Amino acid sequence: MHFMKSLKLAAIIENLDRFISFVRTCSEEYGFEGKKAMEIELAVEEALVNVFSYAYPEEEGQVEMCCTLNDGKKFVIEICDEGIPFDALSRSDPDTTADVGDREIGGLGIFFIKKVADEVRYSRNGDMNVLTIVFLLAD
Amino acid sequence: MELSVKNEEKGTLVTVTGRMDAVSSPEFEKELARLIDEGNINFVVDLAGLDYISSSGLRSILVTAKKLKGKNGQILLASLQAVVKEVFEISGFSAIIPIHESVEEAMAAL
Repeated sequence: MHFMKSLKLAAIIENLDRFISFVRTCSEEYGFEGKKAMEIELAVEEALVNVFSYAYPEEEGQVEMCCTLNDGKKFVIEICDEGIPFDALSRSDPDTTADVGDREIGGLGIFFIKKVADEVRYSRNGDMNVLTIVFLLAD
Repeated sequence: MELSVKNEEKGTLVTVTGRMDAVSSPEFEKELARLIDEGNINFVVDLAGLDYISSSGLRSILVTAKKLKGKNGQILLASLQAVVKEVFEISGFSAIIPIHESVEEAMAAL
């Protein structure tokens, strides 16, 4: 049985803490701890901040986060918004070797998700952007 | 996130505890900008109590480092913990912002 939990709130930075608390509760329940639990929070923050910043340039909108544990070891986090079509994963990775003066931050958040998650994918389902982030529970 | 500031002989020691995320990081940036405006240009930032940092936290540190570079000042980081250390490594920031094992070591390097 896959018991899914979800949280849907306005896509604004003021709701970041609520989303993070929510995913933290799920991670703990599923058995993630320490550094891995922090990596999950990192991936979720970066994905959400992206939605807060870009999904709804004109009007206000919502973002929904769904958490499921599949096969007892696959933590699947889906982040869905109904904003403008935007595949953040298609951006090229940032230059992580540039010097202080030339260094830019854009794209670093998505790069973090790719680095810490076991799997990440984007899909456009109808009017929705869906970013799926997967973390595997260590054996 | 909690910030505390101590003026020492060689520079300003800023202690950050808690989390540097998209909500709290602008506070760090603002406080450091204020300290720079007051004429402080050499900083050691003690991160022993920092549990978490995201790209927003890195951005505020980078903005501060760029400001200081223009004034011939510097910002040195000390005592990075598990996931914070990892974020600095993944991003390549550990190569552009000096990182020290301890506050003492960082102070000595100012």
